[in-house]
Amino acid sequence: MSVGAGDPPPQHDAGVAVGVPPGSSDAGTDDILVRVDNLVKYFPIRSAELFRRTVGQVHAVDDVSLTIRRGQTLGLVGETGSGKSTLARCIAGLIPVTSGRVWFEDRQITNLSRRKMQPFRREIQMIFQDPYGSLNPRRRVGSIIGEPFAIHGLASGADRKRRVQELMERVGLNPEHYNRFPAEFSGGQRQRIGVARALALRPKLIICDEPVSALDVSIQAQVLNLLADLQDDYGLSYLFIAHDLDVVRHVSNSVAVMYLGRLAEVGPKAPIYEAPRHPYTAALLSAAPAADPESAAQRQRIILVGDIPSPINPPSGCRFHPRCPKARDLCAEAEPALEPRLGDPDTHLTACHFPIEAGESLAAAGRRETP
Amino acid sequence: MSIATEFAAEAHATESAPEQAIEGRSQWYLTWRRLRHDRVAVGSVVVILIITLLAIAAPLFVSLTHHPPDSTYPLTGTTAAGLPVAPGVHGFWLGTDDVGRDLFIRILYGARVSLFVGVVTTAIAAAAGVSMGLIAGYFGGWVDAVLARFIDAVLAFPYVVLALALAVVLGPSLPVIIGVISFFSWAAISRIVRGQTLSLKEKEFVEAARSLGASPWRIMFLDILPNLLAPVLVLATLAIPQAIVFEATLSYLGLGIQQPTPSWGNILAEAQNFYQEAWWFVVFPAAALLITTLAFNLLGDGIRDAMDPRTERVFAAGRKRRRRGRAPARTVAVTAAAGGPEQPSSAAS
Amino acid sequence: MSLLEVTDLRVSFPTADGVVQAVRGVSFTVEAGQTLGIVGESGSGKTVLTQTLLRLTPGGDISGEARFDGIDLLAIPDEDMRRVRGAQIAVIFQDPLTSLHPLFRVGWQISEMIRAHDKSVSKRQGRALAIDLLGRVGIPQPQQRVDDYPHQFSGGMRQRAMIAMALALSPKMIIADEPTTALDATVQAQILELLLELQRESGTALIMITHDLGVVADIADEVMVMYAGRAAEKGSKHEIFYEPHHPYTKGLLESIPNSSAGADRLKPISGQPPSLINLPTGCKFHPRCIYVMDRCVREEPPLVAVGGDGWHRSACWLPPAAAGLGSQAEEARRKVVNKARDGEAAQVAASISGSPDAEGQVIA
Repeated sequence: MSVGAGDPPPQHDAGVAVGVPPGSSDAGTDDILVRVDNLVKYFPIRSAELFRRTVGQVHAVDDVSLTIRRGQTLGLVGETGSGKSTLARCIAGLIPVTSGRVWFEDRQITNLSRRKMQPFRREIQMIFQDPYGSLNPRRRVGSIIGEPFAIHGLASGADRKRRVQELMERVGLNPEHYNRFPAEFSGGQRQRIGVARALALRPKLIICDEPVSALDVSIQAQVLNLLADLQDDYGLSYLFIAHDLDVVRHVSNSVAVMYLGRLAEVGPKAPIYEAPRHPYTAALLSAAPAADPESAAQRQRIILVGDIPSPINPPSGCRFHPRCPKARDLCAEAEPALEPRLGDPDTHLTACHFPIEAGESLAAAGRRETP
Repeated sequence: MSIATEFAAEAHATESAPEQAIEGRSQWYLTWRRLRHDRVAVGSVVVILIITLLAIAAPLFVSLTHHPPDSTYPLTGTTAAGLPVAPGVHGFWLGTDDVGRDLFIRILYGARVSLFVGVVTTAIAAAAGVSMGLIAGYFGGWVDAVLARFIDAVLAFPYVVLALALAVVLGPSLPVIIGVISFFSWAAISRIVRGQTLSLKEKEFVEAARSLGASPWRIMFLDILPNLLAPVLVLATLAIPQAIVFEATLSYLGLGIQQPTPSWGNILAEAQNFYQEAWWFVVFPAAALLITTLAFNLLGDGIRDAMDPRTERVFAAGRKRRRRGRAPARTVAVTAAAGGPEQPSSAAS
Repeated sequence: MSLLEVTDLRVSFPTADGVVQAVRGVSFTVEAGQTLGIVGESGSGKTVLTQTLLRLTPGGDISGEARFDGIDLLAIPDEDMRRVRGAQIAVIFQDPLTSLHPLFRVGWQISEMIRAHDKSVSKRQGRALAIDLLGRVGIPQPQQRVDDYPHQFSGGMRQRAMIAMALALSPKMIIADEPTTALDATVQAQILELLLELQRESGTALIMITHDLGVVADIADEVMVMYAGRAAEKGSKHEIFYEPHHPYTKGLLESIPNSSAGADRLKPISGQPPSLINLPTGCKFHPRCIYVMDRCVREEPPLVAVGGDGWHRSACWLPPAAAGLGSQAEEARRKVVNKARDGEAAQVAASISGSPDAEGQVIA
């Protein structure tokens, strides 16, 4: 599916407008910075022989729609294989999408050529997970942070150095360390270098792919605070990917939960965390270890059965049904639509035939021990 | 997990400049610092420098001995029986060859040929190998398929036979020799560069460059290439002696440097008939070849060790343990790290 | 007598860049059937500590004593140590792929492991035991999976297989080094549940090494918090989580997003962990500590009792009254610090002033 860049943006039906805080669902469409429509990304699996026939597909992202609002943070939660990083890379235009569309402001940015994508590169930046792998070990910090200026021909010479040092100062690095190599910094400082690089072009959206999961707890908080300050100062929007639910809760305005390439549940932060509708969301929340022995002792854990199935042959119907404590026959047959359930407002969408009702406990149902 | 590797990683993370050092310490600086402590590598550098200086200074020795390399000295340079004279006789430091030329001077001039061929072919091979490997590895797809097959084809050729054939067809000359040796040297470099590029392009810093809008060429030459220089340097250091030996082989077979121009290979070719009567005629050029290639090989190994601190640290640990006579501990730890079921008792692994 | 009694253990590694002081005098005990959680960030020495107990730190200079069930782990011959490892003390590593041999069937590896320690077990018996163990750790259809290779297992199942291997010889103690760090949350929950259940059944002592306070809150009885190669604080889980005395422990707890839910800003610990080659003077935490006093810069505090029964110990110069997260404890801390600082030169204050986020105080 492809749409010319000149086509008008589609109608914004409220049903997929995620990230709208409660009470402001009538906010104008110009509040929406990024809009993802029915995005699909399959990776072909090729045989090892000479002509490399396609023998299967990894269903990494399957029909995902969401929106990111200006100045807000959308948290994207999911486990390994949920497709959250692939989704991020599709939005950033780093990998071509199989079908579906990504809109940035009013422009369609799906599968653009490198040249046509160039102006949008300045608007969308990424922060990566690995503070060791995301910085070129053979380049000096000044050159790493100055790279965006060099690529886009924005500043050179002394001007570039001055701007890089301003950035270093802004993210809490010593500007005198301009000529150091990444190996001479600790993990937290390296992540600050990555933040400075992402900030250099004053983007509107920063996609943070697990930006703190490789950091120690005490350092993690420093980086999260920095990201929050930058959002306040520059009106940044974040797509914040993480597997740590506490971190996502802290940073997000709204949350999207992915499972095996599909959205399980999306909505404003409060209802997702306090009254999750989807059994997977509930299980994920109950599984996250809390640094509080008393609540850990009291909590009723939903222990899921088995592991995440392979995205090569995802289960029929609802993809969560083989592990779901509430699964019934229908779940294996029909795929649930992502829509408001049990009278939820149209900002809170759940893809489940049998959503959790208020006061319902899944822990008892979840005691389906492995044989 | 091996404690040695984990520990090395940990130590590497703490291996940071003291606060006063504002200027960054590059990988090269760290490599150099480690290399300086490697006595074998430093010795090799000294040997290579001496050989190079001697080769450069060859005309100086000519003016000293008044023995140009091509001049024969039938009266002083051969014995009554027409055999080479021994070292030290009649002012021939290392004796003479079968037609009475100064062997020392000829070996020096041979060194010029050997080093020149070694360095030039390696430079050509490295440039070609790096470009081809980078392009194949970075672009992938059909580009890679074509280039990789080509590399395989070159590596699969019986190169000595082909080199001989080429030298016969094109006629032996220095450019032909350089061309032939380069053609057979780049593929090995290329294959390794391609493999490294394949893994480097999956690194997040390459993805970061792409997300900034960097062009493929910019990524290849500014992001990936600097990370390849270390292995390429090691490969190149090890390719020089190969090229020197290759040249000597061709010359020995009469298809390389032609008489009267001296080359270690063609000196050896002549010397083989005299090894019983004039040992020096064989021993000195052979020793020159051996010392030179050995020095380059040892230097290459030294650079490789210096660039990979992990191996160095494991060695350091090994030395330490040997000193304290607790050798068995290592076997246990290593098998535990590898998790071999042959040693199931170790660490429940 | 305790099952494991470690006294003043020190481990350092000579490297080209200097001596790395990985463990600097750690003492602790583990009772039978008890779980000790060792918490620390990268470089705190927690992994080196436990690997040293198993003599898996080649190249290290080791001193101190570690008595396990009456034998000194650091002094016995290698041959005896090999019998202790696996049979008496089993280990579960973070990444099972590095511990399971990729080219041998999972069941065979378990069976060989048993047979290596007990020659009387036949191959057939070994296989039956392997199937039984795989079933116990919750691997479905163990009769079939016993013949799988490690790569045919998912991450969670591999970790289960590792646990099965660790249990194979009914060890008295299991050391689990970040066993769930590489796993997803829902799988981590399964593995922790399994470990707890197995421990209840068999009464095995467990040392759980982790950077995740949430895991400790779930599983530990006693907790030891490590910083820069030493124990910063030791105590029961309750004491560590609700009555922390050491500012580092308190800082860790406060920097977790959950504990300050609702607050806009997190409370990170400023600065970076120190380099183990170039440790700061005095208390190794002082460059990052907001309660730093002159004494902290000069003298390293000993690990002393701060709680009523003497089991809660902390290596900090603050008085015992300073334990806790509430305002009362904060007042106690402030009072001591202000008093100490009043009499001190202003340079002490200068050394810790500046933006709390500012780096450069310690370059790790």
